[in-house]
Amino acid sequence: MNTKADDCVVRFENVGLRYGLGPEVLQDISLSMTAGSFHFLIGASGAGKSSLLKLMYLALKPSRGLISMFGRDIAVTGRRELPALRRRIGVVFQEFRLLPYLSAFDNVALPLRVAGVKENDIRKHVVELLSWVGLKDHLEARPPTMSGGQQQRVAIARAIIARPKLLLADEPTGNVDDQMALRIMHLFEELNKLGTTIVIATHNESLVRRLGHHCMRLEKGNLEMNAKISSVFGLTPETVT
Amino acid sequence: MLTRRTDLPLDSDSLSRFLPWLIAFMVFLAVMTLAGVMALNATASRWNKGISGALTVQIAPLETSVEKEEMRLQAALTVLHATPGVADAKIISDAEIMALLEPWLGALGKAKDLPLPHLIDVELEDGADPDTAALTRRLEAAAAGASIDDHRIWLKRLINLIRTVEGLAAAVLALVCLSTVGTVIFTTRTGLAIHREAIEVLHHIGAQDSYIAEQFATRALMLGLQGGGIGLALAIPSLLGIGHLATQMETGLLPDFSLSALHWAVLAGLPPAVAVIAMLTAHLTVTKTLIKMI
Repeated sequence: MNTKADDCVVRFENVGLRYGLGPEVLQDISLSMTAGSFHFLIGASGAGKSSLLKLMYLALKPSRGLISMFGRDIAVTGRRELPALRRRIGVVFQEFRLLPYLSAFDNVALPLRVAGVKENDIRKHVVELLSWVGLKDHLEARPPTMSGGQQQRVAIARAIIARPKLLLADEPTGNVDDQMALRIMHLFEELNKLGTTIVIATHNESLVRRLGHHCMRLEKGNLEMNAKISSVFGLTPETVT
Repeated sequence: MLTRRTDLPLDSDSLSRFLPWLIAFMVFLAVMTLAGVMALNATASRWNKGISGALTVQIAPLETSVEKEEMRLQAALTVLHATPGVADAKIISDAEIMALLEPWLGALGKAKDLPLPHLIDVELEDGADPDTAALTRRLEAAAAGASIDDHRIWLKRLINLIRTVEGLAAAVLALVCLSTVGTVIFTTRTGLAIHREAIEVLHHIGAQDSYIAEQFATRALMLGLQGGGIGLALAIPSLLGIGHLATQMETGLLPDFSLSALHWAVLAGLPPAVAVIAMLTAHLTVTKTLIKMI
């Protein structure tokens, strides 16, 4: 990709990642994502998708290479500056990672609270968003009492409530029916139109085909930036999880 | 800060239920120790103020005639009045001496038969520090058998003893403080380990370390106030009981154990002080621990 570094929301240059003294799980990853771009991330189980997303949401530091987020070189960014960068990133975790002792409302309100938004504004926005994802009647429900699909929608609401500049989603439609999956993807597209860069790790072939956005494929720690959808889903079902 | 809702379920930690009782015990010890120190200090001040500016001259009875004894006393008085720094000197009468001895010897019907020394109460000017050795020599020359009972010597020893006790009490307070700090560090670290996953989520959504630390600190403050209140509530009746028992004793055997309003105010300030220490400790522990996370 021929993109000016300053325009990039995410930029990786020859990034490698290893856990401890183990082998590299990501090798020579180079990519750049401009503001307002939309990407699917696809790969077999163990290919390194979650590790790549963790590097993007600043949960890990690379073993080598350069990572630049919003034009900031992460290697020279102080620890105190990381929270401000993280607030520009929304994450939908595969396992949701909702706080089980908080209500759906409070879970979704968390990003606004850590950003210091006033409670009156928080209430308005959170109720509106939870209503949109069909959970208006579950504001006070706690995650353990909700279905997988409901929890997933709470997780999505939490990821987008603060209008992030970059949205990372790991299997965001894995636990919802096709209709809700499509609705969620349309929500992501709406956010994308407003300038949010979207990265979605998914196995949902029909969604990838239907939406037709840029597709990246990870295989054994190596990234193919412009993967053909047909080649991705041409894999045998047991190799794609 | 105190009314702020928390994103971490710190109330449900079992260690949170144990901490107030430990702080209560620590505050109880601190209050009792501090009260003891303040009472001793007040007693030492009273003693110091009462007798530091005084001497007693003792003249052994040598002569058989009353006139000669009186001459010796007058000679000693003359020496004392001529001594720089002496504000006043007066002879303590036999009746006063017998009244002083009565608690130990009972009614002295035949006091005149006892070889009681003559006593002269000497009042010094403020800040005066006469050379007692030289004065003793001059008194001896004027009235053989005269000696000086310098209260300052034993008062100094007594005050040294009180200062030593105060030092020990300060060490006890320091240990209480260290124990409280250590316990808060331990419970905070345990809380961080228990809630590690939730803390990671908070970090991922952009929470500063201080945001998380404030939640632990607020909790520690509340537990500190709760425990401190219990400790103080237990200490007050204990102090009042000791004070009551002290007043029941014969006067003179025990120092006055009464505490002033200022002393009570200082003691009342202990629970909030301990709570603030707990709060700062928790805050510092969290920030020091979280800095190891990415």
